[in-house]
Amino acid sequence: MSYEDPWYDALASGWGESAESGPGPAAVPLARAADEAADVDPGEVYLEVQRSAAFQEVRSRYRRFVVPGTVAFLVWYVAYVVAATSAPGLMARPVAGAVNVAMVAGLGQFLTTFLLTWAYARHARLRRDRAALELRWDTQELTRGIGGGAR
Amino acid sequence: MTGQHQTLALMLFSAFVAVTLGITTWVGRHRHGSAEEFYAGGRLFSPMENGFAIAGDYMSAASFLGVTGLIALFGYDGLLYVVGFLVAWLLVLFLVAELVRNCGRFTLADVVAARMRERPVRIAVGTSSVTVSVLYLVAQMVGAGSLVALLLGRTSQAAQAWTVIAVGALMVIYVSFGGMRATTWIQIVKAVLLLAGTVALTVLVLVRFHGDVDRLLSTAAERSGHGTAFLAPGLKYGGSWTARLDFISLGLALVLGTAGLPHILSRFYTVPTARAARRSVIWSVGLIGGFYLMTIVLGFGAAAIVGPDAVRGSNAAGNTAVPLLALDLGGGADSTGGTVLFAVVAAVAFATILAVVAGITLASSASVAHDLYASLRRRAAPRGEVTVARLAAVGIGVVAIALGLLARDLNVAFLVGLAFAVAASANLPALLYSLFWRGFTTRGAVWAVYGGLVPALVLVVLSPVVSGSPDSLFPGLDFQYFPLQNPGIVSVPLGFLAGWLGTVTSPEIPDEAKHAETEVRSLTGAGAV
Repeated sequence: MSYEDPWYDALASGWGESAESGPGPAAVPLARAADEAADVDPGEVYLEVQRSAAFQEVRSRYRRFVVPGTVAFLVWYVAYVVAATSAPGLMARPVAGAVNVAMVAGLGQFLTTFLLTWAYARHARLRRDRAALELRWDTQELTRGIGGGAR
Repeated sequence: MTGQHQTLALMLFSAFVAVTLGITTWVGRHRHGSAEEFYAGGRLFSPMENGFAIAGDYMSAASFLGVTGLIALFGYDGLLYVVGFLVAWLLVLFLVAELVRNCGRFTLADVVAARMRERPVRIAVGTSSVTVSVLYLVAQMVGAGSLVALLLGRTSQAAQAWTVIAVGALMVIYVSFGGMRATTWIQIVKAVLLLAGTVALTVLVLVRFHGDVDRLLSTAAERSGHGTAFLAPGLKYGGSWTARLDFISLGLALVLGTAGLPHILSRFYTVPTARAARRSVIWSVGLIGGFYLMTIVLGFGAAAIVGPDAVRGSNAAGNTAVPLLALDLGGGADSTGGTVLFAVVAAVAFATILAVVAGITLASSASVAHDLYASLRRRAAPRGEVTVARLAAVGIGVVAIALGLLARDLNVAFLVGLAFAVAASANLPALLYSLFWRGFTTRGAVWAVYGGLVPALVLVVLSPVVSGSPDSLFPGLDFQYFPLQNPGIVSVPLGFLAGWLGTVTSPEIPDEAKHAETEVRSLTGAGAV
């Protein structure tokens, strides 16, 4: 099945995902109980959505991945650069044949970049996308009646 | 180089120029002149197309020719330099791409100004974006002049000057007539050509060594005259502690700067959703990573097959390592294969430069028209704004040509590193604070931008690249007070510090609702255009 709608392009496609589709983004509570949208201003809507359990869940899932991820790759990169510039003796130690520690570390940087990219894509697709899309529709539904102020 | 090489290379150049002008005309036929179309190409590119275009924007001639030359001459230190260019994409992917796509419309300033008093923030971010673009642009223009002269063997001043003028004129035509749509297709064509050329050469190098990478490395080490030291860090960035600290500063600027480059950020607006922006980055990480892995093979291949002495003899900075390697792989200087491969490499390098300068020109004309012009002069209709952007592209082209001609004989290799450093110290703090810090205020945003921009530029003026050493821009003068060539290690923390200081000293109470709006929009895409 293929959707013309561009919003639907990626939920079940892409690399790294085959038959198994992970734990899924279930159990995200709804953004709001009732819609009394007609007479609120857009700022109120965004505050309300921001306070909702559903949004907090999406935000914390995002942050729980990117904060440690960013710290990890920055530390690993800085450690690599500092080691290469200040401990060339260590880096020159041979591993196998012409390959030395420096070569392994450099290719390791490439490898970890690819791995983290893959992990982020998978995490976002399985843990965040569906909930974010629902929140998007809910929020737009709520802001619609308000004279397009937020659009 | 002989006449045969030149003729074939010129024919391929002309073919590429004809194709790109064809694209521009074809796109121009369907244009409506809306801002959406000019700045964002109608937002309907697929993630794969945009991924190739991002890779095309990012893989400059400096990487293709400069980095391979660096590896051919200094071995491992060239690889060390390359790693930062790739790792930087994790920052873009994790913290920037999706959120920027969700919150902004056309430029970086859209995202930062959304929560603030628009005018001062737009002017600040617009100024720093244009600064970054112009620095990057001049580096590419000067490179284009010397590169084409080098590849065609015409080192006369007039040939170089005309190359710079021709490159400038072409980029202005692409941008002002074709806008984002033509620029994107040119990037895609260029990325495919560059990757195809790189793959072909890499395969030929590996075939020459029967797929034995270990032998490739040991042959390279042997021929370099440095032995195993060639495969370990230290030949270029070792030495004094200043040189080492300088490299750490450069590495920091590369990793943090990519996420603040205006021409990269504007690419995320060409796809319909944040998810598509994410998938574009994944494509580009794959393409860029693969490309840099291949340049490593080509660099060591050039050291092993051509030899560092021959490379250095042709061009002291090593920029001709890949063309010389192509000549040898094709069967030598007098063979048909050598001629063809050499011409292909020259044409690919030329295509690379043209596409990169077009991308930067577009981004800076967007900053001028959408941020600076629109805030300095209140009532600008969207239609008028696009006209301003087209004119801005012409103006930027003229400035770039003039600076390119002025700087023709200067050593401008530091400019790329400087552009990254300014992006990391001025754009990145403002962007990250406004996306993630609830209490961030207008004064904080303005201070973050100027607090990173001004120190970065001042430190460079006081650095050895401008005065006080034989390689400086002004070797005769000496007002050098800052020892490092790249200011990143000082100016990036200063940018973040200034943003924090501006925020805590500001009397303005941050608007809760505006912050809620930014946060909800950035993570869900609600209200995204």
